Amino acid sequence: MTTDVDGVLVALADPARRRLLDALGERGAATATALAVDEPISRQAVVKHLGVLERAGLVAPRRAGREVFYEVRPDRLGETARWMADRAATWDRRLAAIKRLAEGAEL
Amino acid sequence: MDRIEREVTVNAPIERVWAVLTEPEHIANWFGDSASGDPRTGELVLGWKEYGDFPVSVERYEPPHAFAFRWVTGIAESGTRPVPGNSTLVEFSLTAEGRATRLTVVESGFESLDLPEKEQVRHAEDNTDGWRQELDELREYAERLAA
Repeated sequence: MTTDVDGVLVALADPARRRLLDALGERGAATATALAVDEPISRQAVVKHLGVLERAGLVAPRRAGREVFYEVRPDRLGETARWMADRAATWDRRLAAIKRLAEGAEL
Repeated sequence: MDRIEREVTVNAPIERVWAVLTEPEHIANWFGDSASGDPRTGELVLGWKEYGDFPVSVERYEPPHAFAFRWVTGIAESGTRPVPGNSTLVEFSLTAEGRATRLTVVESGFESLDLPEKEQVRHAEDNTDGWRQELDELREYAERLAA
């Protein structure tokens, strides 16, 4: 299993992209045009952001006739959150070890 | 969300925590299997039994309050030097609180890891699991030491 953590984090670093992800989450699926209606950015900018989200594996396009609907892919977000949580837990263990060493026997 | 921040309060003076954090003979007890070099001069090499030795780039060394280094994320060839595209930054801050010390660690730079690095991240995940085992052993070692 691979997790493109860095791609996800870059994708999520932009507030506009986070809003688009939230909007898609609420609507289930939407076209770039529909999303742009509710955003203070152009449809072109929405398309660009959706491209970044798609490459990060966070959304997937679905063609329906001549339109393209975007949907959220929850797996990648979950994987990334788990990867970061795991890494944070490793730091907790290292800090606990430092604590025990510093509080313990003579150095 | 692109950084990890963790904190612990250590019931020991700040100089002691600083020593455990920055002296190679102590570093190996909580990070990696072996450590050598002199962080004062920016030189620090960490070794893992399974993966080999890796130079760590010391970015800040300000006793007893700030210690920061950059290290290669995930598995790379033994000897790989850390640069902004293949590494994360680890920053420790120490604050004296009476006779105790508050120790904070921040790891950052995940979003600047070069793409595509799927392999690197996969290895990092494997690495984390491996460390859990090693840290359990080290916890036992530390507890024996403190007994």
